[in-house]
Amino acid sequence: MNYDVLLLRFGEFILKGKNRRRFEKSVLCHVESVLTPFPKAKLRSEFGRIYVHLNGEIASELIPVLRKVFGIASISPVIACASNLEEILTTCQDFLEQLNIQEDTTFKVNARRVWKGFAHSSHEMNHLVGSLLLTNFQKLNVSMIKPTLELRVEIREKDTYIFCEVISAVGGFPRGSNGKAVLLLSGGIDSPVAAWSSMRRGLQVECVHFYSYPFTSQLAKEKVIDLARVLSGYSGEVKLHLVPFTDVQTSFTGIGQDSLIITLMRRSMLRIATMIAEREGALALLTGESLGQVASQTLSSMNAIGRATDLPLLRPLVMMDKNEIIEIAKNIGTYDLSIQPYEDCCTLFVPEFPSTNPSLRIVERIEASLTSLPQLQQEAFSRTETIILSPSREARTKEQANIQEDWF
Amino acid sequence: MIYWDHAASTPPYEDVIRTISEVMKEHYGNPSSMHTLGENAGKLIKRAREGCASTLGVNPMEVVFTSGATEGNNMAIKGTALQHMKRGKHIITTEIEHASVYESFLQLQQWGFDVTFLPVNSSGQVDPMKLASEIRKDTTLVSIMHVNNEVGAIQPIEAIGKLIKQKNRRTLFHVDGVQGFGKLSVDLRKWDVDLYTLSSHKFRGPKGTGLLYVREGVALTPLLTGGSQELGMRAGTENIPHIVAMAKAMRIAGERQETFTVGISLLRNRLLHTLREIPGIVLNSDEACAPHIVNFSYPGMKSEVFLHALDELDMLVSTKSACSSKLTEPSQVLLSMGRTSEEASSGIRISLGDCHTENDVEQLEYAIRSVVERLQPFLQRGMKR
Repeated sequence: MNYDVLLLRFGEFILKGKNRRRFEKSVLCHVESVLTPFPKAKLRSEFGRIYVHLNGEIASELIPVLRKVFGIASISPVIACASNLEEILTTCQDFLEQLNIQEDTTFKVNARRVWKGFAHSSHEMNHLVGSLLLTNFQKLNVSMIKPTLELRVEIREKDTYIFCEVISAVGGFPRGSNGKAVLLLSGGIDSPVAAWSSMRRGLQVECVHFYSYPFTSQLAKEKVIDLARVLSGYSGEVKLHLVPFTDVQTSFTGIGQDSLIITLMRRSMLRIATMIAEREGALALLTGESLGQVASQTLSSMNAIGRATDLPLLRPLVMMDKNEIIEIAKNIGTYDLSIQPYEDCCTLFVPEFPSTNPSLRIVERIEASLTSLPQLQQEAFSRTETIILSPSREARTKEQANIQEDWF
Repeated sequence: MIYWDHAASTPPYEDVIRTISEVMKEHYGNPSSMHTLGENAGKLIKRAREGCASTLGVNPMEVVFTSGATEGNNMAIKGTALQHMKRGKHIITTEIEHASVYESFLQLQQWGFDVTFLPVNSSGQVDPMKLASEIRKDTTLVSIMHVNNEVGAIQPIEAIGKLIKQKNRRTLFHVDGVQGFGKLSVDLRKWDVDLYTLSSHKFRGPKGTGLLYVREGVALTPLLTGGSQELGMRAGTENIPHIVAMAKAMRIAGERQETFTVGISLLRNRLLHTLREIPGIVLNSDEACAPHIVNFSYPGMKSEVFLHALDELDMLVSTKSACSSKLTEPSQVLLSMGRTSEEASSGIRISLGDCHTENDVEQLEYAIRSVVERLQPFLQRGMKR
C-alpha cells in the first residue's frame, strides 16, 4: 500500500506538564536525524504527535528506523484525504480493497471528528463508513468487541487520516532528557544492554572502559570502541573514556588476598568512574550487573563494591535473566560484537575462587594498607583518554597500523 | 588472443594484484599471534570479513574463509552430513553438480549415506516439486548449484529454498554459488539458504581463496582441525593478502553486477543469434540461462578438435568444466539434460567476462563459422576413436 503519512505517537512523557515542550522537541530532533537517509520525508509536529509526510518515501523502510527512536510509543501508517464525506468514503473503500480481506474478517469503524466543523458527528460517520463497506465487501462481519480489523477515521480540518495499524515502538523517554550518567562498559553482553536500557529512560550515557594493556590486547579495546559506536546509533553520539587500569590492577596482586581481587578492582573502578562522572557533570553510575550472575554480583559483593562510591549506582539489568539480556543484545545489535573472544581486564587475574561473600571490613583494611592506591587511581584518571563516537563509519578513529582504505 | 573461459577463471583486477602485493609486503604477521603485527593482520581479516558480509547482506560472523570452492563445497556437504548423521543419513543433490559437490556425495554414499541424485529437464533445471517429494524426515541436506558451470542453467533457488523448509525445516540447504555471484542478483536471506559457497577467482579476485557462508546457528563438523581459526570451523593460518583482495574483488563485483548482467546479456544474445544460424550446431544454452555462459554442441566432432581449431585462431574456449575437461568421457551435464552421447561428446563452452566487446564477439563468430566450414567435411570421421 502507498501510504501518505506516518503518525508517530509519544510515550508516557506527554503527561509531564511543563517539560513536555522540551521533550517533544528532542524527539523531533532525534526523528529528524534518523530520517536523513530519506530526504523526501517532511516532518510536522503537533500536540502529542509527529507527522511524517512521506512524499514518495516507502513507509515500510521508515518504520523499522522510527521504531527505535526513544520517546515514540507507536506508529501508524496513514492514508490521507480531503475532509469531505465523498472523499472519505471512496478512500476508505480503496483502503480496504488494498488490504486484501480474508474470509470471516470481523471489523468495526472508529471515526473521530476532531474538527467540529465537519457536518457529520463521529457516531454518524461510523454508520456511514461502516454501511458502505459492509455492502461492498461480502467477507466482512461487524464486531464491536475485539474486531480483527479496526478502521480508524480521524477527521481534521485540513485532512482526514485513514488507518488501521498501530505498530508499537520502543517507547521510553526522549534521548538525553533525564540527565547524564556514566556507564562501566566492559565489552561483555550485559553492559551495552544496560547502556541501551538507560538511554531509553532518557539518560545521556557516557561510557568508561578500563583496559590493562599489555595484559589485554588492543583488539579488546577496539571491540569496546565498536560497541560504543553501535550505542551511538541510539543516542547520536557517545563519549567513551578509556582508562589505563594496569597499574591499579597489578597493585592488588601479591597481597595474598586473591579471593578479594575482584572486589578490590571493582571498587577502584567505581572510584575512578566517580571522578570522571564528577568532571563530566554526571549524577549517577551505571553498570550491567545482574543479581547472582557471577561472584562479584552476589548481594554481599554488590554491597561491598557499591560502597566505594557516593553516587547513586544504577543497575538496570539487576533483576533480569541472562536470556532476556541476550535477546535485547541481539535486537540492539551488540551481541555479535560482545561475544568476540578477547580478554578484558575483568577476566584477567581472576582468582580460582573469587569470594562471593566479601567482608567489607577486611576489604577496607586491605585498601588502607595499600598506601599508593589513591595515587594510582588518580593517575589512571588523569591518563584517561576520551574519544567521541558517532554512528557513521567515517568517524572511525584512524588506526596506527598501516591499513589502507583502498585495499578493501 | 581472446580469452573466452571466464567460467573457469577470470583475470584479476589490477587493483586486486596491487592490494595483494602491498598487504603481503606489510602484513606478514600471523593473525593468531598476539603481538602488534599479528593484531594488525587480525584487523585486516576483520575488515575483509565485514566487507564480504556486507556485499552478501549477511552478518560477519557467518562468513568462513576457505581455500576456494572445492574446499567450501566439501566443508558444507561433508561437514553438515557428518554433523547431523545421528538425525538422518539421507542427502539430496542433482545430477549436474560440479565435481567438488558430486564427488563429495559419491564419497558420502560410500560411507553409508543414502544419496538421491535429482534429474534435470532438457534445459538443465531441477523440478522443485520432484525435489520436494524426495525430502523425508531423515533428509539432513540438499545441495543445489545456483548456476550450472557448463551450460549456465539457472536453478529456481528461491522456490527450492521455500519448499525445502516447508517439507522439513531441519533440512539444511546448501547452494554452490560459484557461477552465480556477480552475474545474477543474490539474496541469501530471502532464499532460505543455510550454506553458500563462493570462489574468489571467478569474480576477478585471486585463486586459492573463497568463502563459505554458514548461517548463524548451523553447526558443521570441521574438515580441517588444528587451530581455532575461522570460529573453529576451519583450522589453518589465514591467507591474509588473498582474503583482503577477495573482499575487494567481491565489493567491485557486487557493485557492478547489474550493469555487468545487462551488458553481457546483449553480447550473449548476439552470439546465440549467430550460432542458431550456423548449420550443424546444437545449442545447449539459451536466453534464460546465466548471461556469461554459452554452450553448444557440434555433433559428429569431438569437442577437443573443435577447441583446438579455435585455439589456432586465437580463440580460447573450453569443453566442459575446467575441473573435468581433461577427462574424455562425454559431458555428464549434457547427458543429464537428455542430449545424445554424440552431442554430449561435442560440447563447447564459451564464457564471457566484463572485458569483452562487441568486436571480440564478432571475431569469435567469424572464427566459429570458419572452423565449422573447415571441419564439416570430416564430420563423423572425427568421432572415430
